[in-house]
Amino acid sequence: MGKLKTQDLGVPEFMLIKRPGDILPSEITAESVYLKRREFLKRAGLVSAGALVVHSSLAAADPAPKGPKLPGIQKSPLSTDEPANTWTDITTYNNYYEFGTGKEDPSLNAVDFNPEPWSVAVNGECDKPGEYAFEDILARHTLEERIYRLRCVEAWSMVIPWVGIPMASLLQRFAPNSNAKYVRFKTLYDPSRMPGQRRRTLDWPYVEGLTIEEAMHPLTLMAVGLYGRELPNQNGAPMRLIVPWKYGFKSIKAIVEISFTRKRPVGSWQQAIPSEYGFYANVNPEVDHPRWSQATERPIGAGLFASRKPTLMFNGYADQVASLYTGLDLRKNF
Amino acid sequence: MKPGSKPFYRLTKPILFLACLLPLAYLAAAAFGVAGFGLGANPVEKLLHELGRWGLKFLLLTLSVTPLRRWTGWNWLVGYRRMLGLFAFFYVVLHFTVYAVLDQGLDIHAIGEDILKRPYITLGMAGLLMLVPLAITSTKGMMRRLGKRWQTLHRLVYVIAIAGVWHFYWQVKLDTLAPTLYALVLALLLGTRVYYAQMARIRRQSQKRKISK
Repeated sequence: MGKLKTQDLGVPEFMLIKRPGDILPSEITAESVYLKRREFLKRAGLVSAGALVVHSSLAAADPAPKGPKLPGIQKSPLSTDEPANTWTDITTYNNYYEFGTGKEDPSLNAVDFNPEPWSVAVNGECDKPGEYAFEDILARHTLEERIYRLRCVEAWSMVIPWVGIPMASLLQRFAPNSNAKYVRFKTLYDPSRMPGQRRRTLDWPYVEGLTIEEAMHPLTLMAVGLYGRELPNQNGAPMRLIVPWKYGFKSIKAIVEISFTRKRPVGSWQQAIPSEYGFYANVNPEVDHPRWSQATERPIGAGLFASRKPTLMFNGYADQVASLYTGLDLRKNF
Repeated sequence: MKPGSKPFYRLTKPILFLACLLPLAYLAAAAFGVAGFGLGANPVEKLLHELGRWGLKFLLLTLSVTPLRRWTGWNWLVGYRRMLGLFAFFYVVLHFTVYAVLDQGLDIHAIGEDILKRPYITLGMAGLLMLVPLAITSTKGMMRRLGKRWQTLHRLVYVIAIAGVWHFYWQVKLDTLAPTLYALVLALLLGTRVYYAQMARIRRQSQKRKISK
């Protein structure tokens, strides 16, 4: 019997076949109570205390995903059939320093962020540079559901049902020429809308890059949605990169610029601590972070008593991407 | 009731004890989803970090007793120092237990590798191990038995506090604001001791000069 996926039921549900160790999170608190409590804490100024996360872990069902539904989503064979993490976990545990450095900060501080109107500036080694409106991009491409594993460099991981556009088909619209060896992405820089940017934790704006082959790979996604809905602010609205075989920091959020370059771009984390974060950042259990091991990862949502999982080479996407790196010393080129 | 008298401590120490247990009570409630509290999407990490922070907070609280006592003249404050110190040990042990049991699943090989290969964990482990003799010799009986050596041994708490804050600093990914604040408080608390020691030395020297004149 096949595993039911999110679209089959029309309502986000989780796969029904349990595996040993797959403790499905159960979050109770009725949505109205949950929202009221968060609002109360926010007003009481207690929310940045980090330790206070108001949701119980004893419930039967996670609150339903919120936000405008995205139309015409196709399923993809590239999706994993592992159970997806809950909406709550995916939208309340985020590394998005533009909205604060705590995991719960983005969900609290990005509430008022307005991603409309939005456009992307395309430039560099291509024949169709210009300013492209977000609505245009959405209208011209078929949306696909991609349920991908996401592995953070901090050694935790999730399974996330993204909705997006294959990056290759998006980039091809801009007609990169033969000099385009790399693609560089930039995030919005606006401290008035992104309060975390008022501190120079990173050298804003956030920058990331891929080789042109990596950018054109079928797995690479320009995500615009989550659980069939528009991407929440804290997950990188309105559009962000997803490169599932690399550490999560490569998957840059709130993209405002795409440049085709001859020279390899330097990503923000690489620039901040080059001894710890490299350009490739391929998930690799054999190459430790200088300060911690990468051999295992903590699965989010599995609960307090779940054990760590062994990390997979290329985050389990080795079959599809290993060929991009034949002959490359992955220890040197981390 | 006179501060520092037996009835005074008999009243206040249990209250302090309960107060020191509050962080644990909150975390336990959060772990079981009681009263709408929760540990978030990564409960092991949240528990580990919160227990570590409380261990550090209690260490700093313990270290603040003497400066506070000197500044206010309230000598009876020292009566609480042992309890605060033992609670620091308690929270640090819980922090390590969560790491070893919940996070690493008692994988001795992985834990051993961490202690040997990750400097921040080496430092944390050293801090924990140094706390053990202090906890063992915290009793009045031990104080009597060790005499002057007790004072010398318990000066290790300065090293332990430095190791703890450093462990925190080396653990954070990038945002060093929190460990820096702890370091500043620690620097202040250690600094006052240096100051008082200096003042005492100057006083002793001037007295010697008076005698020799």
